[in-house]
Amino acid sequence: MANAHSSDTAHHDDHHDEPAKGIKRWLFATNHKDIGTMYLVFSLIMFFIGGAMAMVIRAELFQPGLQLVDPVFFNQMTTNHALIMIFGAVMPAFVGLANWMIPLQIGAPDMALPRMNNFSFWILPFAFTLLLSTLFVPGGMAAGGWTLYPPLSLQTGDSFPMLIFAIHMMGISSIMGAINVIVTIMNMRAPGMNLLKMPLFTWSWLITAYLLIAVMPVLAGAVTMLLTDHFFKTSFFNAAGGGDPVMFEHIFWFFGHPEVYIMILPAFGIISEILPTFSRKPLFGATSMIYAIASIAFLSFIVWGHHMFADGMPVAAQLFYMMSTMLIAVPTGVKVFNWTATMWRGSLSFEPPMLFAIAFLFLFSIGGFSGLMLAIVPADFQYNQTYFVVAHFHYVLVPGAIFGIMAGVYYWLPKWTGHMYSMGLAKTHFWLSAIFVNVLFFPQHFLGLAGMPRRIPDYAVQFTDWNMVSSIGGFAFGLSQILFAVVIIQCARGGKKATAVVWEGTHPTGLEWTLPSPAPYHSFTTAPEVR
Amino acid sequence: MSVTRGDNDDNSRPRGPAWARALCLAALGLATNAGANTSNGYNLPLGVTSLSRDIYALHMEVFWVCVGIAVAVFGVMIYALVKFRRSQGAIPDTEMVHSTKVEIIWTIIPVVILVVMAIPAAKVILMMEDTRNSELSIRVTAYQWKWQYQYMDAGEGINFFSTLARDSNFARQLHSGIDPATVPNYLLEVDKPMVIPSGTKVRLLLTSQDVIHAWWVPDFGAKRSAIPGFVNELWFRVDPGKEGIYRGQCAALCGRDHGFMPIVVDVRTPDDFKKWVEEQKTAVKQAAAPASDPPPSAQLLSTH
Repeated sequence: MANAHSSDTAHHDDHHDEPAKGIKRWLFATNHKDIGTMYLVFSLIMFFIGGAMAMVIRAELFQPGLQLVDPVFFNQMTTNHALIMIFGAVMPAFVGLANWMIPLQIGAPDMALPRMNNFSFWILPFAFTLLLSTLFVPGGMAAGGWTLYPPLSLQTGDSFPMLIFAIHMMGISSIMGAINVIVTIMNMRAPGMNLLKMPLFTWSWLITAYLLIAVMPVLAGAVTMLLTDHFFKTSFFNAAGGGDPVMFEHIFWFFGHPEVYIMILPAFGIISEILPTFSRKPLFGATSMIYAIASIAFLSFIVWGHHMFADGMPVAAQLFYMMSTMLIAVPTGVKVFNWTATMWRGSLSFEPPMLFAIAFLFLFSIGGFSGLMLAIVPADFQYNQTYFVVAHFHYVLVPGAIFGIMAGVYYWLPKWTGHMYSMGLAKTHFWLSAIFVNVLFFPQHFLGLAGMPRRIPDYAVQFTDWNMVSSIGGFAFGLSQILFAVVIIQCARGGKKATAVVWEGTHPTGLEWTLPSPAPYHSFTTAPEVR
Repeated sequence: MSVTRGDNDDNSRPRGPAWARALCLAALGLATNAGANTSNGYNLPLGVTSLSRDIYALHMEVFWVCVGIAVAVFGVMIYALVKFRRSQGAIPDTEMVHSTKVEIIWTIIPVVILVVMAIPAAKVILMMEDTRNSELSIRVTAYQWKWQYQYMDAGEGINFFSTLARDSNFARQLHSGIDPATVPNYLLEVDKPMVIPSGTKVRLLLTSQDVIHAWWVPDFGAKRSAIPGFVNELWFRVDPGKEGIYRGQCAALCGRDHGFMPIVVDVRTPDDFKKWVEEQKTAVKQAAAPASDPPPSAQLLSTH
C-alpha cells in the first residue's frame, strides 16, 4: 500500500466514484467516510442507550429508599452503563472521527485496509446486541461492575459467557481499527508531510492506536482467565484453588489505565485543532504538544497501581505509584498551558466547536485537579470507592472526552455534509450541556467527601440534598443531548452551503480544508504536495 | 443498638430546600469545615484519629494548591477570553507560536509543586503502614452481606456478626412505604456494633469469605479491602475523650446488598471496654456450658 497515494491505479475495480445504492453501500462499505459515518451513528445510539441507563441510576438515587428498581437491577445498570459508554459510545466515536478525518488530514484517498475497516465496524453491532440481550437471560445482565473483579463477577448468571464474548469482539474490533490507523498514517501521508508536520488530531490517534494494540490483548487475556475460572475449573483468581483475586486487578488495570488515555488523547488532538482555528493563530508549542501526548502515553503504563491502593500494597509500591501518577500532571499541565497560550493574543470567536473546546479546557482541568488529589495515597484511602471518584472520572470523561467528541463533530460536520448546521440550536445545546454537566457532577465531589460510597442503590438520609441536585442535573443533561441529535439530523438533510474552509480564518493544519465541502467520496485521488 | 453518646452521632437530615442549601454551601466554601469531627456534608471529616487528621491536612493542602493553580490558570484563560475577542477588534499575533524558555518554566514549576506535595504524603504513608505494637487486634471477616468481628488479645473469645439493623432493613425494601427519614440512622445502624477502647492502638486483620469487600470508617481515616485469601492490616487509635458511635459502610461493590452492610464502631473508655469484655465473656461461658439451654443471645456465637 506504500504507493497507494500516488495515483488512481491503486483503486480496485469494484470501487466506483459514486457510492453503491441502498443497503449494500453500508453492509459492504469499504469507504472510509461511510464506515466513519456508521461508527459515529452507532456511537450516538449507544450514547443514548448508556444514557438511558444513567437516567435509571439517577432516578433511583433521587431520594433515599428504594422506589423504582431492585438493587440487582441497579447494579446491572451501573455495570452496563459503564461498559456501553466506554466501549460503545466513546471509543467508537473516536474511531469514527479517525476514519473520517485521518485520510482527509494526511492527504490519502482512503484508509489503508478498507476491508478490515468494514470488518472492524460490523463486529460492533453484533457485540453490543449480544451485550444488551443479556438483559433478557436468566439472572439478567452482569452486575459486578464494569471492572469485572472476581470473585464477584463469577457470580454473574447465564449472561457471563455472553459478556465475555462481547468484550472479546469489542477488543478485536478495537485492535483492527488501531492497526488500520497506524498503517494508514505510516504509509499514506501526502508527499512532504513528515511526522512533525502531521496535524495534532492524527498525531494523537497514532499514539492512541499503539496504546490500543498494547492493552486490548491484556483485557482479552484477563477476561479469558475469568471464563476458564468460571467454566473449566481453573483457579487463576480463586484463592481457594491457590489463585489470586488481586492479580486480576493488576491485569485489569494494566489495561484499564491506558484505556483511560485511549479515551482522552484523541480529544486532546481535537482540542488542539479547534483552539488555533477560532483563535486565528497557530497552535502554541506544537512540537511539545506531541511530546506531551507521548509522555502521557508512556506514563499511562506505569500508574495502574493507583486504582488499588486500598487493596493493600507494600510501602515502596505505594510511593512509586503515587509519584508516577503525580508525574502525569506535568505533561498534562504543559498541554493546558499551551492551549491557553494559543488563545493568548489571538482573535477569538465563539462558534459551537470553540465553545465546547473552552468548556473542555476548564472542566477537564477540574477533573485533573481531583485526579491529583486522588494520587495522594493517604487521602486516596478516604476518596477511593466514593462518589468523589465518580465525580473525578465523570469530569474527565463527560466534559473531557465527550465534549471533545462533540467539539469535533461540530467542527467537521459541515465538511462531512456540505451544509452549515443551526448555530443557534448548537449553542443552546452547548449552554444546556455545560451548565447541567456541572449540576450533575459537581455535587458528587461533596457526596464522596461526606462519605457516600459509590455503586449503592440507596443511601443514608444526610446525602439526600446533593443527590437530588445531581439527579436534576442528570435529567436536564440527558434531555439536552436530544438537541445534539436534532442538529446533526438537520445538518445531514440540508442547510446553508458550507465553503471549503468552513470556518472563517481557519489556520489549516490538516489538508481537510483544501477539499470542497462535502469532501469528495474518494478524498484525495491525487496526493497533494505538502511543503 | 439505639444508644447514642456524645455529639458524634448527628446524622439527622439538614433542613431547608435542596437548592437553597446548595447555594449556601457553595457560598460558604470548604474553609468553614475546620473543627468538625464528622463530615459537614460536603467535606472530609476531621475525624478522631491522628491518621484521619493527617489525611484531612493533606487533603486540604492539596485542595488549596489546586485552588491556587486553578485561580492562576483559569484567571489567565478568562482574561484571554475577555480581552482577545475578535468582536472587540483583537488582532491575532500569529508570530507567537513557540517559546522554549516559557515551556521549560511551566514544566519545572509543576514538578517542584508535586515534590512539595509528595513529601508530607510519603510521611503519612509510612505512619499508616506501621502496624507494630498494637494493643488490641480484631479479626474482621466480610461476608455477603455482613461483618464478623473476632477479638484477639484482651478480648480473646469474643466473636459475633454485625448486620444491618432491622428497622433500616424493613424500610429499605422496594416499595416499603416507610419514609427513611423516620428511621434513626437509616442504613448506618447495625444490630451489634464493634466495640473498641479509646486511646488504644487497634489493629484490624481483614479478610473475606466470599467476594471483595472494604471496611471503611471515615472518622478514623481507615479504609482497606477485605479480600478472600488475603489478610490486610489496618490500624487506628481513637483519641481519648472522643468516645462515641462512629459509622461507615462497605466501600467495595460486593453484590446485591452492597449498600446495606454498614459498619458501626462503639468507642468506649478503656475501663468501660474492660467491663464490656467481661460481660461478653460471661455470656459466652453461659452459652457454652449448659448445652440444653436455649442460647441467651442470637447475636453471640460460641467459639466451639
